[in-house]
Amino acid sequence: MLQRTIPIAILSISGIVLVLAYFSPFTQSWGEQAVDWFNIIAGIAYILGGGNLLRVNLEKISAQRPGWAYAAITVAAFVAMLGFGLLKLGAVPSEKYPDVHFAGDYESNSAPYGWMYWNVISPLGATMFAMLAFYVASAAFRAFRAKNLESVLLLGTAFIVLLSATAAGAYLTGWIPADSAVGFMRAERLRTMITEVVQTAGMRAIGIGIAIGVVALSVRLILGIDRSYLSKDGGAA
Amino acid sequence: MSEPLLVRLGRIDRRWIFLAMALSIIVPMLLKVRFPEIPQPMARATFEAIERVPEGSRVLIAFDYDPASQGELQPMANAIVHHCASRGHKMVFMTLWPFGGPLAERTIDDILLAYHPGYKYGIDYAELGFQPGNEGVVKLMSTNIPKQFPTDKRGTPLAQVPLLADLADTTGFKLVVSISAGYPGAKEWVQYANGPAPEAFTFVSGTTGVQAAQLLPYYPAQMEGMLLAVKGAAEYETIVEEKYPPPQHPERIGDGRVRMGPQLVAHVLMIVLIVLGNLSMAAGRTRGGMR
Amino acid sequence: MIDRRIQVRRGVEAVLAAGIPAAGILASASAAFAQGDAAVASAAAEKDAWIDPARVPLLVALIVACGLIVAAIALARSGVPLKIRKLAALDAVDEAVGRATEMGRSVLFVPGIQDMNDVQTVAGITVLGPVAKTAAEYDARLEVPTSRSLVMVAARETVQAAHFAAGRPETYNEGNITYITDEQFAYVSAVVGRMVREKPAACFYMGAFYAESLLFAENGNSIGAIQIAGTAEPSQLPFFVAACDYTLIGEEFFAASAYLSGERDQLGSIKGQDFVKLAVAGVILAGVALATVAAVAPDGGAASLFRSFQSALGG
Repeated sequence: MLQRTIPIAILSISGIVLVLAYFSPFTQSWGEQAVDWFNIIAGIAYILGGGNLLRVNLEKISAQRPGWAYAAITVAAFVAMLGFGLLKLGAVPSEKYPDVHFAGDYESNSAPYGWMYWNVISPLGATMFAMLAFYVASAAFRAFRAKNLESVLLLGTAFIVLLSATAAGAYLTGWIPADSAVGFMRAERLRTMITEVVQTAGMRAIGIGIAIGVVALSVRLILGIDRSYLSKDGGAA
Repeated sequence: MSEPLLVRLGRIDRRWIFLAMALSIIVPMLLKVRFPEIPQPMARATFEAIERVPEGSRVLIAFDYDPASQGELQPMANAIVHHCASRGHKMVFMTLWPFGGPLAERTIDDILLAYHPGYKYGIDYAELGFQPGNEGVVKLMSTNIPKQFPTDKRGTPLAQVPLLADLADTTGFKLVVSISAGYPGAKEWVQYANGPAPEAFTFVSGTTGVQAAQLLPYYPAQMEGMLLAVKGAAEYETIVEEKYPPPQHPERIGDGRVRMGPQLVAHVLMIVLIVLGNLSMAAGRTRGGMR
Repeated sequence: MIDRRIQVRRGVEAVLAAGIPAAGILASASAAFAQGDAAVASAAAEKDAWIDPARVPLLVALIVACGLIVAAIALARSGVPLKIRKLAALDAVDEAVGRATEMGRSVLFVPGIQDMNDVQTVAGITVLGPVAKTAAEYDARLEVPTSRSLVMVAARETVQAAHFAAGRPETYNEGNITYITDEQFAYVSAVVGRMVREKPAACFYMGAFYAESLLFAENGNSIGAIQIAGTAEPSQLPFFVAACDYTLIGEEFFAASAYLSGERDQLGSIKGQDFVKLAVAGVILAGVALATVAAVAPDGGAASLFRSFQSALGG
């Protein structure tokens, strides 16, 4: 029973205290303290995560399972970045403290860490992000079908927003006088109306629903009603 | 009886779509296709908001993005830094993202010091660097910057940096700019810095297109200006370049407009694909009905 | 067997018991601000107040919201029948896991890319419990690659608890729950690579996602997996809706663990969410009406009431 009661008590007490602390000028900093404590715990948890990463990949290499070469690359990259970053190997000496190794700038372009950042991490990250362009195209081709009234409205909106996000919209509707009765048909006006009125209204409604959902989940957790996160003997799963 | 082409097109291998998309981006890039940009109200509002800040003011520029979003956000970052420097503002750079620091460094080197070589570190600009803690950093900065950043990025105590010596909290800035790719970013600045002291400073942001829906409710009440994606960057570049032409390397604040060429072709391709998909669906239904 | 009328009466009494004091607090706080209560104003200036006056409206709203949810839980406990609308995404969990078992393939669960201090990650972990229990019952292999070390630890606890609850403790394998990396796109490329190589039959995306949402969803689509997503990131919802078979939108995601548990208390909290939504809708309608009247007749009583509420809420 203690295995269940103590975690619920910790969660309940800390949840209630931190929520109420927000409203008193004397205790408003408690929330920031809690964030600091969390950051410390998360920082130490990196050791767990890093250890798990190494263990899983080293096991894969030693067992020569399919794809073990990728595991070797992972381990090599992990050790290299850790070494050059944590130990500041090859860092550019500091102007103010040239004799102090750990005062060096490891992010500089001429340091190994900085070089790997600009020539490996940066292009790889940008490449992955750029892949979204291809996936958006294939998703649009597959999913944007006019099956009913709602999807027709969605399609029309998509066309307007896509065109008005480029010079094509200005070219196609730029001839409409801005001050006329049909001035609202200009691409940029339609886009503004869609994004600032229709889309914003929808987002606000979703945002309100999300906020209420968060409160409900928090009440369930603080009252100990939802215990699915607990370990064996305590979980309600 | 074999299926009509239109019906078969509906089941096209996605790799052909990927190839079409790749060509629609590469070809305009190589041909350097550019289109005139007509600045829209939001870009103008951003420009005017920065113009209204008195010359020589201390401003904070937060590079809240990483290399993955560099393509979309670097053009507006460059233009904003050039605009602020042209107004003689004293700039303080920081980031909430671990990989944002080098991006700020590169912008300082490529834009600030290249266009405005008179800028001196510690007097005209300074770097606070990165601190972990996401919105916790913003919350603490709104009350006590020296506690959050005891030293600047170079390890010098804030009290020894002339530009930062008297900096207590975010109200010490006349303008705060967040160039934001997600969390933490513009929303956190609105909630935790601008919210408690809405009249203390002007707040503008530059964001990715996908974040627009989330941030538009804050414009213009909490955010006086907002640049949305590459389109916003291109429009803003147009306005900035017109009033403050760069002394050299003009291409460094022209990337936004360069990227609009491929964006137009890609968007037209997407419209063509959507129309094709629907025609294929209609043809398939018609064929099924005829059976 | 309790008479239905008595059940309803008890339920109404529970709602009123929570609602009346909350409404009273709301009314008195509003009156205080409307009258420019000197005590409140001076307390703000002196900074000796126990409660920050600027945050009183939020405190009142919180008390009302929590009160309504607790009242709904009490209503559920009293035996009043609750009507909760069907959530197709959650009804499909059994189907998805069963499909994976039939095909001899794994189930992939991605709990988002944020840490345990994000409420969406907490919600994702609470959904992981029932999904892991279903997977254990069906003897399907569940893989949970995580982006944060603490999430890995929490996920392991949850999945282990689920295996015990399903009576299959021997099938729990902590090697199926691994930490990849904190870096967003490095994580997504590792997971997507795993998806393409191992071809899970069912993919669950439950948590906080950003740009990688479409990468997950499109790759899952390309391998023919059944995909169920849930997130409270409004900007990513369209991508999941377009590419996944089922999507939990916003508040549905936070109600998911309660819905899957089937427990009366938890279902009551979902009903409480609905009560709060009704209250918010009522406040919005009242505010719109007041604002409209204030715009038409700026010198009238409605206009001054509207301005009072605006200043009370910090507007």
